[in-house]
Amino acid sequence: MTAQLPALQVIIPLLCAPFCVLLRSRTIAWLLFLAAAAGSLACAVVLAEQVSDGEVLSYSMGGWRAPYGIEYVISGFNTPVLLLVSTIAVIVAVYSRRSLAAEVDSKRIPLLYACFCLNLAGLLGIVATGDAFNAFVFLEIASLSSYALIAMGRRRRALLAAFQYLVVGSIGAIFILIGIGLAYGVTGTLNMADLAQRLPEIYGNRALSASVIFVFVGLAIKMAVFPLHSWLPDAYAEAPSAVSTFLAATSTKVAIYIFLRFAFTVFGATLVFGTLTLDRIGLLLACLAMVIGSGAACFQSDLKYLLAWSSVAQIGYIVAGFSLVTASGLEAAYLHVINHAVIKAALFGAAGLLLLRLGSVRLTDLAGFGRTMPWTFAAIVLAGLGLVGIPLTAGFVSKWALAMALIEDGQGLVLAVMLVSSLLALVYVGRVVEIGWFREPSPVIAASAVTATSATSRSSTAERLPRSMTVATWTLVLLSLYFGIDATLPATLAESAATALLGSGG
Amino acid sequence: MSWSHYAYYLIVALMMIGLYTVISHGNLLKKLIGLNLFQVSVFMLYIGLGAVEEGSAPIIKDGVETYSHPLPHVLILTAIVVGIATTALGLALVVRIFEAYGTLEEDEVITRDAAEHDGVAA
Amino acid sequence: MSTFVLMNVSLFAILIATALAITRLRALYEATMLTALFSLVSASLFVLLDAVDVAFTEAAVGVGISTVLFLGVLALTRSREAVTPRHRLWPAGFVVLLAGGTLIYAVQDLPSFGAADTPVQAHPVTETYLEESQHDIGIPNTVTSVLASYRGYDTLGELVVIFTAGVAVLMLLAHAPRPREHLVHRELILADYRIVRVISKILMPFILVFAFYVLFHGDYGPGGGFQAGVIFASGFVLYALVFGLDGARQVLPQSVLLWLIPLGVLLYVGVGVANMLLGGAFLDYNSLNPGDPEVGQHAGILLVETAIGITVAAVMAAVFFSFAGRRLSR
Repeated sequence: MTAQLPALQVIIPLLCAPFCVLLRSRTIAWLLFLAAAAGSLACAVVLAEQVSDGEVLSYSMGGWRAPYGIEYVISGFNTPVLLLVSTIAVIVAVYSRRSLAAEVDSKRIPLLYACFCLNLAGLLGIVATGDAFNAFVFLEIASLSSYALIAMGRRRRALLAAFQYLVVGSIGAIFILIGIGLAYGVTGTLNMADLAQRLPEIYGNRALSASVIFVFVGLAIKMAVFPLHSWLPDAYAEAPSAVSTFLAATSTKVAIYIFLRFAFTVFGATLVFGTLTLDRIGLLLACLAMVIGSGAACFQSDLKYLLAWSSVAQIGYIVAGFSLVTASGLEAAYLHVINHAVIKAALFGAAGLLLLRLGSVRLTDLAGFGRTMPWTFAAIVLAGLGLVGIPLTAGFVSKWALAMALIEDGQGLVLAVMLVSSLLALVYVGRVVEIGWFREPSPVIAASAVTATSATSRSSTAERLPRSMTVATWTLVLLSLYFGIDATLPATLAESAATALLGSGG
Repeated sequence: MSWSHYAYYLIVALMMIGLYTVISHGNLLKKLIGLNLFQVSVFMLYIGLGAVEEGSAPIIKDGVETYSHPLPHVLILTAIVVGIATTALGLALVVRIFEAYGTLEEDEVITRDAAEHDGVAA
Repeated sequence: MSTFVLMNVSLFAILIATALAITRLRALYEATMLTALFSLVSASLFVLLDAVDVAFTEAAVGVGISTVLFLGVLALTRSREAVTPRHRLWPAGFVVLLAGGTLIYAVQDLPSFGAADTPVQAHPVTETYLEESQHDIGIPNTVTSVLASYRGYDTLGELVVIFTAGVAVLMLLAHAPRPREHLVHRELILADYRIVRVISKILMPFILVFAFYVLFHGDYGPGGGFQAGVIFASGFVLYALVFGLDGARQVLPQSVLLWLIPLGVLLYVGVGVANMLLGGAFLDYNSLNPGDPEVGQHAGILLVETAIGITVAAVMAAVFFSFAGRRLSR
């Protein structure tokens, strides 16, 4: 049975989606999503165990061997992402039940869970596949389901956010399609390993260089690398809380993974970073993203927008890490992928709790909530410190690793920009703390918050927060603290990922 | 620029007309139309890659030696389906946006949102 | 200049002219119809380039379903576009120059158009798909064998994409406010016209039979589950146009559609899971009949094509009904 695990990893969530539609019960759909997430987590754990000694698993779909059929490849470079996505999915599944019930029309919930399952299957499929075109197909599954999920937000703005993401995301997808097509035209193959083998012979081919550019611009849109980030703030801020939590932690991270997979194991680092100097471009964009993302976050008037802009900056850190093209840089990038996913999921989760209780996450409406909701406030502060990178938080570990990698490579300027961005992070996290703890709740807003709460949910639930949601949020917060104190697990995963990427013909 | 690549240059021209329509137009429906044009032109690129001038359709028959390559056809069948799926979802969003805002122009939608934001609290 | 080149160039000329007209037109009905024309001409181009399956699908989707959906949405919204503000043109022009420049640069190093010795043709998969498939799978239409067997997993992905779109559209549009009675009765019913009514009734069975033909004939000629599903759905679109949405809903109730949409995906994944249980890899149809793999392949391909047909037909019909139902309720 273990031989079938690479396929089961994706098939389990894929199979749960049609059942959600077929049975159309809110509880059953939720259970199905929980089962899908738990099932894929179990597969990911066993797979990670199997490849921990550097082995590479290959699974031929349909029994057709690699360049003729589609293969799944499981190795050190993708197990961390599989683990990350499925773990976050389990936690979000726990969180989502009460959160969605409060934010989304109850008739839509079973279908929404179907979209959640599809999104999970799509993301896992992108990570597991060893075929370039198959990656495109699963990218579309993940993208289409996320457009639909985002559109379910409470405000009408969510519809526009989803539409804009759809247009920009589709342009990105078509760019990737063009890129894959050009590479196919000059090699005749779509299998990643086969491509990697055939490409070095034709380095210098103009179609190949353009193929690299198109694939990477397309993926940069999905990764929300500055200046192609414009879809992200609206999409994450307007989506229902459970959706923001899931997407913020997973979708850009998966795009980053597939970017690395293409760069290091398909096109090859010598072409991508050597000839086409994507490393220098990457560092430049990373610096801009770090400063502008954090800077914009400081000026937001809505907590979810603030968090979304901070994601733009945090993606900058990750881009800076892998743009160094060194083992330590890649390790730092992977580490920050994991840590930032956990931290940002915790923060969006906490924002969802506020939204449930106060009916709004505009900063002016949050005045004084630190005294009325001390636990949620504490969660935001603890996870927020991780964003800044205070010692003993997960954010510190990965930023430290990144700083070391930058020093090793002699990139003092980037290091300085990183410090500025961290200071800005201190400003925006500090602003939330100041508003939440030191400001008096204005009586008008407090009153309107109460009416908003009783309007959106039953007054009995307004007093106590649903336990499932607090548990899920706190699990993420504690996980981020744990990774700050004992970073063995993420560090081992990141190290084996970096080795696997650089080892396979980089 | 060699003559033997004429079709690719024409395909690139088509793609760019599509891309220009998506980005420049503010009307949401027109954006989707542009996206369609862009997509269909990319399909031509793929089909062009597999085509052989003297070949025939890849349905095996006795007495036929050269066939065009079936793989690009398969890929594009998949891509067409992805395209219609995106269009359908985009159109559903357009309908909802029109019901919520009463307009299909992106700029107007944003202005109306900003007005709401400045006025009564959301 | 050979006729091949001449025909290609003239088709491209029509396409470019159409595309330019589409960008310039501010009347969206006209732009939609021209988009349908664009699809039709590109389908002709695909025929010329030997991609008959693709041409069939592009004709069914681009000219058929996609146009119908656009028209349905235009009926719900506004059909005139505002003047594009100047500030939008410059960034668009800039992006297009960059992307177009890169592409022009790129295609110079692509192999010659229509050549027989390109890397695509020289790669070993060509031989597998064109020759060994005759022995391994035994189906003349190699597009079908690559689609449903060699790259059957991609096709599952494609089916899941259309399933996702169906779920998403239903989620966005299904819960419309209740229809107002007096508006429903004012709807123009084409069924009042005898010729339309009789002809569409005569056509209906032929459309459905043709859909089945396309589904089962996909092994030997252009066609397959996806095209069949679209044709099947278009039969119901015609029915809904003539007899009204309520009439179509009586023939094909929403509850049935909601049952059929996931059914196809379940059937497809079910085949794969069955292969796993029989000891093969996911979607390894050989495991269905280990004694004679060719029989297993035939059975597997037929099952997954049927699965595609079911979900595609149901999703297309459901999407159309959702748009059409929206109008009645406004």
